[in-house]
Amino acid sequence: MAKLKLAIYWAAGCGGCDVAILDTKEKVLEIGQIADIVLWPIATDHKYEEIEKMADGAIDVCLFNGGVRNSENEHLARLLRAKSKILVAFGACAHLGGIPGLVNLFTKEEVFNCVFRESQSIDNPNEVFPKPQSSVPEGELSIPEFYNTLLPLKAVVDVDYYLPGCSPAVPQVVAAIDAIVKGDLPPKGAVIGASEKTLCDECTRPKEDRKIKKFYRPHEIIFDNKQCFLDQGIICLGPATRAGCGNPPRCTVLSNMPCRGCYGPAPKVHDQGAKFLSALASVIDSNDPAEINSIIAQIADPVGTFYRFGLAASYLRWKRSNEKN
Amino acid sequence: MKKISIDPITRLEGHGKIEIFLNDAGDVENVYFQVPELRGFEKFCVGRPVEELPRIVTRICGVCPGAHHMASGKAVDAVYHADPPEVTKKLREMFYSAHYVHSHIAHFYALAAPDFVLGPDADPAVRNILGVVDKVGLAVGGEVIKHRGYGQEIQKIISGRSSQVVWTLPGGVSKGITEEERAQIEVMAKSCVEFSKFTLQLFDDVVLKNKAYVDLILSEPYQMKTYYMGMVDQNDKVNFYDGKIKVVDPEGKEVAKYMASEYLDYIAEHVEPWSYLKFPYLKKVGWKGFVDGKESGVYRAVPAPRLNVASGMATPLAQEAYEKYITTLGKPVHATLANHWARVIELMYASERLLELAQDKSTTDPSVRIVPTATPTEGVGVVEAPRGTLYHHYTTDKNGFVEKANLIVGTTNNHAPISMSIKKAAMGLIKKGQVVSQGLLNMVEMAFRAYDPCFSCATHSLPGQMPMEVFIYDVNRKLVERLERA
Repeated sequence: MAKLKLAIYWAAGCGGCDVAILDTKEKVLEIGQIADIVLWPIATDHKYEEIEKMADGAIDVCLFNGGVRNSENEHLARLLRAKSKILVAFGACAHLGGIPGLVNLFTKEEVFNCVFRESQSIDNPNEVFPKPQSSVPEGELSIPEFYNTLLPLKAVVDVDYYLPGCSPAVPQVVAAIDAIVKGDLPPKGAVIGASEKTLCDECTRPKEDRKIKKFYRPHEIIFDNKQCFLDQGIICLGPATRAGCGNPPRCTVLSNMPCRGCYGPAPKVHDQGAKFLSALASVIDSNDPAEINSIIAQIADPVGTFYRFGLAASYLRWKRSNEKN
Repeated sequence: MKKISIDPITRLEGHGKIEIFLNDAGDVENVYFQVPELRGFEKFCVGRPVEELPRIVTRICGVCPGAHHMASGKAVDAVYHADPPEVTKKLREMFYSAHYVHSHIAHFYALAAPDFVLGPDADPAVRNILGVVDKVGLAVGGEVIKHRGYGQEIQKIISGRSSQVVWTLPGGVSKGITEEERAQIEVMAKSCVEFSKFTLQLFDDVVLKNKAYVDLILSEPYQMKTYYMGMVDQNDKVNFYDGKIKVVDPEGKEVAKYMASEYLDYIAEHVEPWSYLKFPYLKKVGWKGFVDGKESGVYRAVPAPRLNVASGMATPLAQEAYEKYITTLGKPVHATLANHWARVIELMYASERLLELAQDKSTTDPSVRIVPTATPTEGVGVVEAPRGTLYHHYTTDKNGFVEKANLIVGTTNNHAPISMSIKKAAMGLIKKGQVVSQGLLNMVEMAFRAYDPCFSCATHSLPGQMPMEVFIYDVNRKLVERLERA
């Protein structure tokens, strides 16, 4: 049997997804035995020109991590889509935009002004901004064009599977690689390397009858180490989030901190933030509209919390600027 | 004018790119080192509740999230004017020492060792971590994997996660450790100290006993006289987690020693249109361009500079190694390649400090967090990241929502010096239009790698070499030659 042709690529991510693959240790070595890695920028020195020369569909599987932030990311997304039989959006950024997707609350101009004009340590009297083409005394220099928004992979190309998580839990990566190698994959469009339950279902913190009169921010109280966070009035995205980060979950149980939803919407849910809002509505302990409003107002930063990882893939519209993406 | 492009990761995929221009005589006119990425964390942290930042900024870098988590944790304490319990400070430093153990082992064995164990002229196909294991033996390879793994495991025991940590909050941390866990960490820390001894001995045997390598470290293309920055404790010894930031001039004379909160009096950042990454420099000296010397505000902040600013190491075995280092190289050390040696000395310090803290039974105290009561305002958190001094500065409204966030990240400190080191290496090898192809690739790569640069960790290449291509263009920008790593 011919060896599987595998590509691993990163776009606008942090490198954590590549580390998750490397942290599979022995598995990485095993991958080398059963697959030809045709591209993996941090670990091998294959050239993108080699990919361009390949026939369409010549790569069996491409694991693509990071969102699409600039012209270079988009070029590679399109190239790898064309050359790959199966394209997997690997990790929260490729899946949903991830934390860098929060930038869609702002315009490109606001980002540039912040970083290159308004930062406290900046010294930029001539208001120089980085730009795709610039002339220096010796010649021309180019850098990729920074887009107006950050996009999840599916907004740019057709995606076959989604492997969630920031970063994906190592055992899930191992299981997904096994499934890929065996060709044991669900129908196109499915989430792989995760659970079919909600995070709450797999969380071992005992849940009482949730009735919330007051919300607290995590630093405002010393919370009970065993009890459900929501029962204590602390926002935890468990009800709206897919399980799979670990059993028991790595944030709520192992780190004693509330979930922020990195595994994305729970099964059968499209919009994680909207789902969480509806879950919240059922636990607020009041029938008085004024009181309900005052309880809701205690929630700090709903958009940045309910859509911490999923803003770029949500139903919410992005902030627009005059410039096209 | 000829233009040579070197893409560390390959031409289009790269998160770091080097352009070399030759003049009419065929010598190097100038070098540009470009970072083609920007994600805008400083902007989208605005509007967030500040207590969430330690678990947001870890996504700046998936390889060193621990450093961002620590700097951010200290910054949010400062914003809330909260002084965490003593046990918490010890636990954070224990966590951070383990982070250093993992990071320095990975860099030394995967990235630096191939150049020395196999030699800079070895076939690139074997000049990688696998080649190192072949040469020094499989058992050593197993020890490397085991101890890097200990670094990760200890971080996980302490915080609950080994990557993308979610542990610190204003006033403390979310969990402590049990006596059983402390004892487990102590066993692993002891082993890390032994492994650090082995690593220092390996460096001694392979590098220091080989005159050619010592000559290479001290050779002219790898020297640069700049200012140096690093963190020191109250005894003026190297510290990674807390202390004052100290700066010395190219002669080694102290020119600044300041608290984290005073950093804006000392550092400013320059912008160029051809890179998304800024260029920090010493404000009082000024930005004079990409030049070294006392008149230029360019400074370096990596292991060798940290050893230049401090008067020694705070633990016995690291101090012993430090003394040998200074005796051999003098002080201050200007040799870029000496960073590898300094990094191994720091590995010893991190291991010894980890063990000291793990042997402290008071670290099992469960009271690891206080609830802050003061009105939040503004705060700066600084730690010494493996790749340079890391600054997180947050300003909030009275409810703790972020109004401004400023970040100066480890590698960013070294953006200008890296460009300059590459230029020096290139000048040594390109004369009158004659390009020494393999030599150029090796030397540029070695100069670059000594900084362990991490652009969102994108320039890390684990098998010990950076895939590279060099394009040479004629005056009309027509490609005349292309060199490639086999």
